[in-house]
Amino acid sequence: MSEITSGQRFGTSPGPRPEAIKAIPVRHPWRWVAAVLVLLLVAQVVYTILVEADLKWEVIQHYLFQALILGGIRVTLALTVLAMISGVALGIILAVMRISPNPVVSWVSWVYIWFFRGTPVLVQIFFWFNLNLVLPHITVGIAGTPFFWRGPGTNSLITPFLAAVLGLGLNEAAYMAEIVRAGIISVEQGQTEAAQALGMTRLLVMRRIVLPQAMRVIIPPTGNETISMLKTSSLAFVAAVPELFTRGTQIASANFDVVELIIVVSVWYLFMTSILTVGQFYLERYFARGAQRELPATPIQRLRSILFTVHAPPPLPPEPPLSLPSEHR
Amino acid sequence: MSDVPMVQAEAVHKSFGRLEVLRGIDLEVQPKEVMCMIGPSGSGKSTFLRCINHLEKIDAGRLSVDGELVGYRQEADKLYELPDREVCKKRSEIGMVFQRFNLFPHMTALENVIEAPIRVKKESRAAAVERGRQLLDRVGLAEKVKTYPNQLSGGQQQRVAIARALAMQPKLMLFDEPTSALDPELVGDVLDAMRGLAEDGMTMVVVTHEMGFAREVGDSLVFMDGGVIVEAGKPRDILANPQHERTRAFLSKVL
Repeated sequence: MSEITSGQRFGTSPGPRPEAIKAIPVRHPWRWVAAVLVLLLVAQVVYTILVEADLKWEVIQHYLFQALILGGIRVTLALTVLAMISGVALGIILAVMRISPNPVVSWVSWVYIWFFRGTPVLVQIFFWFNLNLVLPHITVGIAGTPFFWRGPGTNSLITPFLAAVLGLGLNEAAYMAEIVRAGIISVEQGQTEAAQALGMTRLLVMRRIVLPQAMRVIIPPTGNETISMLKTSSLAFVAAVPELFTRGTQIASANFDVVELIIVVSVWYLFMTSILTVGQFYLERYFARGAQRELPATPIQRLRSILFTVHAPPPLPPEPPLSLPSEHR
Repeated sequence: MSDVPMVQAEAVHKSFGRLEVLRGIDLEVQPKEVMCMIGPSGSGKSTFLRCINHLEKIDAGRLSVDGELVGYRQEADKLYELPDREVCKKRSEIGMVFQRFNLFPHMTALENVIEAPIRVKKESRAAAVERGRQLLDRVGLAEKVKTYPNQLSGGQQQRVAIARALAMQPKLMLFDEPTSALDPELVGDVLDAMRGLAEDGMTMVVVTHEMGFAREVGDSLVFMDGGVIVEAGKPRDILANPQHERTRAFLSKVL
């Protein structure tokens, strides 16, 4: 080190640290233009809503926390949760079946996905709701043999709520199956081989090695599906399930304040999807462990680092060059 | 030796589609023997290794481990395919180390090591953890127990992979180019771990490009090319004095 002189082209520069770079930043005039345009647009929208539109604000205020609406929210959430749980559970089973070496099992999964993805979910809910028209009793087995069981009437078994859960959940399973399958395929083949070489059975490899890694790929689209399901659950109104949208339309048909009720309902849907977006972030963060060296900061962590970051200390006063080698040894 | 050979291959053939990768392999590995396999890429040595624990099915010939056919059961002159469960049981007695480590990235080093003993051998968690720690200590990674694989260097990952395979207390260890994906300065630690294993009397089949390791640790050396064994014998003899032109040409490029 000490032999390096300033005349050489390679080495550790022995002189004092040069002063930090100070440069005039690049100007961004288009950012100002865009900001002005957006402000004009926002002003126009606000003016239209507040002055031009004949909105009954007191109606919106009244119904926003009204008992019927709040009850509708509870039903919407119940529908979403139950449909997603059945959709994810059945979807994982269908995905594993689909890639099974057993041709019968794989074919069954294919047919299921073909059928439930190929017909509209609205039609499926409507079908379950009207099943009793062609099938008054749920039966299992073959009539005339001891292996026959006649259940209760279809109408008492499949309530409107259950019809909606069936329609939404069975349809969702078909989509989830494809999402899960994509996740499974994304896991490197070497992982399966390493697990097999340790003597793990196919199902054990799937459960302990492949699926946990596939989760990283599965979670983001599943979050989207959940957000989508929250809104799609409004289709349950065809089965007269008293969820948020049904309640909104029922109130509106009585007082004719249709747009006001649409706003009430939309505010609640937006609020709920926003909450889900936050939940999705933390779920993705959890399943990223082991895949990223550092987990992404949570919004709270980011806020804290903005508020409490001590800015980098100013460069130390230049040390006499003689002391450098001993410090860097 | 009067023992049953640990690995015995007779006229083993294997094709992928139209490509014949193994064209009649005969060899024997005795218990406690360290056999190294060398040869150009595509010569079939990795494929042969994968046949030993039935990751690949052979098309013709006979391949047995510790006196039992790999993947089949023979009664009279009929062969019966083994069900999945029994193939898995046989595999659990053979350790394998891969070129690309293939550690489970969602598990810590220790979790990687104890997974199979707990799930496959149904050992108690406490016992598995204790031996797992011992094994990681033995490969020099005692303080990396709780570290995830992507925070380890390649050499450290490969040593965890060796510990993971040893945790099943295998009677045979297969190494598929264990140092080929490593930075040169990290190769030594992995080879040291393998050397220690050989000194403890483990039976090993090692596909490698490390001629120094083959010479010093190997009991036998096999040179493969084009799906056949071109030359086999004592490592020192072959490396110093190859008999075949193809062996000579290969060695002149790698030594």
